Amino acid sequence: MTPVLEVEGVRKAFGSEVVLRSVDLTVPAHHVTVLIGASGSGKSTLLRCVNLLETVEDGVIRLDGEDVTDPRADPDAVRRRIGIVFQAFNLFPHLSVLDNVTLAPRRVHGVARREAEDRARELLDRFGLAERAGDYPDRLSGGQQQRAAIVRALATRPRLLLLDEITSALDPELVGEVLALVRELKAEGMTMVIATHEMGFARQVADEVCFLDGGTVVERGSPEQVLSAPVEPRTRQFLRRIVDAGRL
Amino acid sequence: MTDWVPSARQREREAYRRRQTRRSVGVAGASTLVVAGVAVAVLVGSPGWPRVRGTFFSWAAARDAFPAVLAGFWLNVRIFAVAAVLVLAVGLAVAVLRTLRGPVFFPVRLLAAAYTDLFRGLPLILVILLLGFGVPALRLGGVPDGAVVWGTAALVLTYGAYVAEVIRAGIESVHPSQVAAARSLGLSHGRSLRFVVLPQALRRVVPPLLNDAASLQKDSGLISVLGVIDAVRAAQIETSYSFNYTPYLVAAALFLLLTIPMVRVTDWISMRALRRQSAGAR
Ligand SMILES: Nc1ncnc2c1ncn2[C@@H]1O[C@H](COP(=O)(O)OP(=O)(O)O)[C@@H](O)[C@H]1O
Ligand SMILES: [Mg+2]
Repeated sequence: MTPVLEVEGVRKAFGSEVVLRSVDLTVPAHHVTVLIGASGSGKSTLLRCVNLLETVEDGVIRLDGEDVTDPRADPDAVRRRIGIVFQAFNLFPHLSVLDNVTLAPRRVHGVARREAEDRARELLDRFGLAERAGDYPDRLSGGQQQRAAIVRALATRPRLLLLDEITSALDPELVGEVLALVRELKAEGMTMVIATHEMGFARQVADEVCFLDGGTVVERGSPEQVLSAPVEPRTRQFLRRIVDAGRL
Repeated sequence: MTDWVPSARQREREAYRRRQTRRSVGVAGASTLVVAGVAVAVLVGSPGWPRVRGTFFSWAAARDAFPAVLAGFWLNVRIFAVAAVLVLAVGLAVAVLRTLRGPVFFPVRLLAAAYTDLFRGLPLILVILLLGFGVPALRLGGVPDGAVVWGTAALVLTYGAYVAEVIRAGIESVHPSQVAAARSLGLSHGRSLRFVVLPQALRRVVPPLLNDAASLQKDSGLISVLGVIDAVRAAQIETSYSFNYTPYLVAAALFLLLTIPMVRVTDWISMRALRRQSAGAR
């Protein structure tokens, strides 16, 4: 079967700073790939390239076998099949939670209001946000905002979900509720690429862990292998720093 | 929650707050009276007051001039209403055109930029004179030659340029991450603008837009230079009959009667929207 996502030799530079030198990644359906790497190693940039928020300078990205880096591809059509959740939530402050969730289904996918709201309420209900549907994002806790952002990304039934350090802006006691939601998505078979610093969480959800350094994937494998028995010195060094910071 | 009865301490605190509120209202009222009293005393006590009262505050002159000035003012109101709608449309369109990226839109961006630079740089009175006397003189077939039409057009062109810049500043104040979030949901450039960026941008620029609206309302009086009989011109005519300046005050009062409620109401509306959206104290 064709993988949902294939990344081959992707390169991206900002001016003279080469952030991604040559990145390869294959994510089959229902698999979860976790990206780890130091801050500034290019995890966000890679996810933004997949979502066509950045234009790659070389290499290919295929979604369900279709080359999305082809300049003739319609970026809006590609993005409709991908959901992304950002570190800073990026909810729309002028819209209620319900309107945040129904915006894309209604305005992009042409779903009728009633139908879009029914589905949104169902999702909000499942993720413990039923009572907050009418509230504006400012009135929600950080954990609730991030869960609402995930629900917003799910509302269009994406083929692929990209999560970019979705717990980094949260107070420690709120991290759990968001990660529980992601575990549930994993159980349902959602295909995901997750950038995170939560190594315990990576261990639980990852089918494959990729360590990004110097613009390439330096080491990849099962979570046990990469996180517990890394082969590459650079991976070991990175993990030691994480342990010292108390995050493993 | 239902069986909660405020403690004695809480009741005491609330009583104290109520006393404080009553005191503040009292102080504010008293100080307003004192200031107003002093102002009136200075005015009335000034050596020139008897003459000024006769020429600026004549009740009889006001009564005589009122119908004519009011009729003129009705024209100002209509011009303002039409111009305000068109100004908003022009401003919005130009601001949006200036956000378009890509080489295809280069000429559009250039034209939009040239338009705002030109009309923000020209004195309004010149634009009114040039359009109001210039265009009808061309005697183009099928083009209206009324002074009201061209005066209004001059107002729209000039204020459209200001409003376009205000709206553009609002658009640029919306954080790029909001655009990224909208685009990543699959919204096109246009839809991101319409459903995500503009609602936030416009809310932020309501105060400066109100400034421009009040200012437009006042400047609608400038088209009197074309001979159009608006409130200002009507007052001027009345003055020349009676050699009394009270009609100008009548016109001033009419302008104030319109602009002050307009500004207050919109202030209130934008406050309410803000309060609904944000959680904490503000
Ligand atoms: N729009 C941009 N312009 C210039 N430099 C950027 C931009 N976005 C990211 N970078 C740079 O790319 C590098 C990788 O950033 P990022 O992908 O955010 O890393 P990570 O998510 O792994 O922390 C950083 O050095 C950052 O400064
Ligand atoms: Mg990042």
